[in-house]
Amino acid sequence: MKLKGLFSTAIAITTGLIVLVGYFVILPPLLDLRIAILNWFIILAAVALFVGLFNLLSVHANKLRNKEKGGIYSLILILSLLVTLILGLWLGPDQPVMASIFNAVQLPAEASLMALLAVTLTYACIRLLRPAQYAGLRSRTNLISAIFLVTALLILLGTAPLPFVGYVPILSDLIRPFIAQVLAAAGARGILIGVALGSLTTGLRILFGADRPYGSDPSRGGK
Amino acid sequence: MNWVGLAGFGLVILSAILMAGLAFLRRNSTPVFREITAFARLRKAIGLSVEEGSRLHISLGRGGLTTPQSAAELAGVEVLRRIAELTSASDRPPVATSGDGAVTILSQDALLASEQAAFSTGYDPAAARLTGLTPFSYAAGALPVIQDENVSANVLIGSFGVEVALLTDTAERGNTSTMAGSDNLSAQAILYASAQDPLIGEELYAAGAYLKARPFHTASLVVQDILRWLIVIVILVSAILKLAGVL
Repeated sequence: MKLKGLFSTAIAITTGLIVLVGYFVILPPLLDLRIAILNWFIILAAVALFVGLFNLLSVHANKLRNKEKGGIYSLILILSLLVTLILGLWLGPDQPVMASIFNAVQLPAEASLMALLAVTLTYACIRLLRPAQYAGLRSRTNLISAIFLVTALLILLGTAPLPFVGYVPILSDLIRPFIAQVLAAAGARGILIGVALGSLTTGLRILFGADRPYGSDPSRGGK
Repeated sequence: MNWVGLAGFGLVILSAILMAGLAFLRRNSTPVFREITAFARLRKAIGLSVEEGSRLHISLGRGGLTTPQSAAELAGVEVLRRIAELTSASDRPPVATSGDGAVTILSQDALLASEQAAFSTGYDPAAARLTGLTPFSYAAGALPVIQDENVSANVLIGSFGVEVALLTDTAERGNTSTMAGSDNLSAQAILYASAQDPLIGEELYAAGAYLKARPFHTASLVVQDILRWLIVIVILVSAILKLAGVL
């Protein structure tokens, strides 16, 4: 197992380096190799999707078999999945029947969940107003919560026209654009720079073999 | 190669050299991190779940490995692996949910590896699950896990969108604690309002270091700080040069 772990690490590091260097250095053989590796990866990801679907099926089949709570939903899921899969394989994804299944089932269900989010977010904002002792483990100071809520209210009032008033003059022309285009944009860019640096160092840790999201880690022992 | 590509390649090489050098220099020193409440609470939640015999739910989000969100997913898998190792003494292993086939396989692999490292034979392939392939189907599939599987704490770490609010709301209703981080800006704003312990910005990628603290993890945090200061200096100098009319 130890040798197997080292072998998989070596393959991962080598392919990672080829793809990374091939992205920056434009050399024909390197470019071809990089494209070939990426194509293999896309094929493997598609196979992984099927493995994931079998995982989904087995989890829900187990739920049914063990008569767990919500078994009826598992049955509906399995039947829907099999029917859609068979129809998709038989008719192809561009058939009107497949499009109507998507438009009549998937789309409305996801739109309903999106609508539910409005209620969930309003509830979350109200929870922010609760005093710290009633807010469970919440640790943020009330000052920051207050700033968060006031900003959200200012943006809402400045964006949506009010009945009989229309757009609020100073709020819509001056305050909202300042918050959205200066303060929020600056904060968002700062966070995105942080995310980019985090992604870079995460990638480098994997290239160095310090993080191994695959196989067993030889330094941790085991079988 | 144009100058942008050259600068990018230079940044990667510089980061790699800095990380390797710092990891070597700090290999024997004790790492010191600033306190992040979410990680302190996560350690407590791990201990409590082992004592109570309850489960931890690690949600890896719905990003894929072929997308730009792969770094967040890989950071999540590393956290899952570490949590699985720490809870290997428990009767109830953690349960992982994800929205991508490849991430599901990686999470199964992480759980199996931690069981093998603990010389345990209790590996359950159903402990790592694909719950849905679209953002909302993923969230809808993960909700029953939070509600019905004796979960005491949720760790939402990976790539989420606005659908994460459904998960945090369900966790709140079930009186389970939630530590959450995403690489998506909208999700971060939602998590700030709805999660008990949100991770903002690059804190998501620091989770591995806070849970494990090997020399490379500590070095990667120092490299992030150095690069951040470099970027701050470049932005300030550029602004001054622009004001002066040079640029």
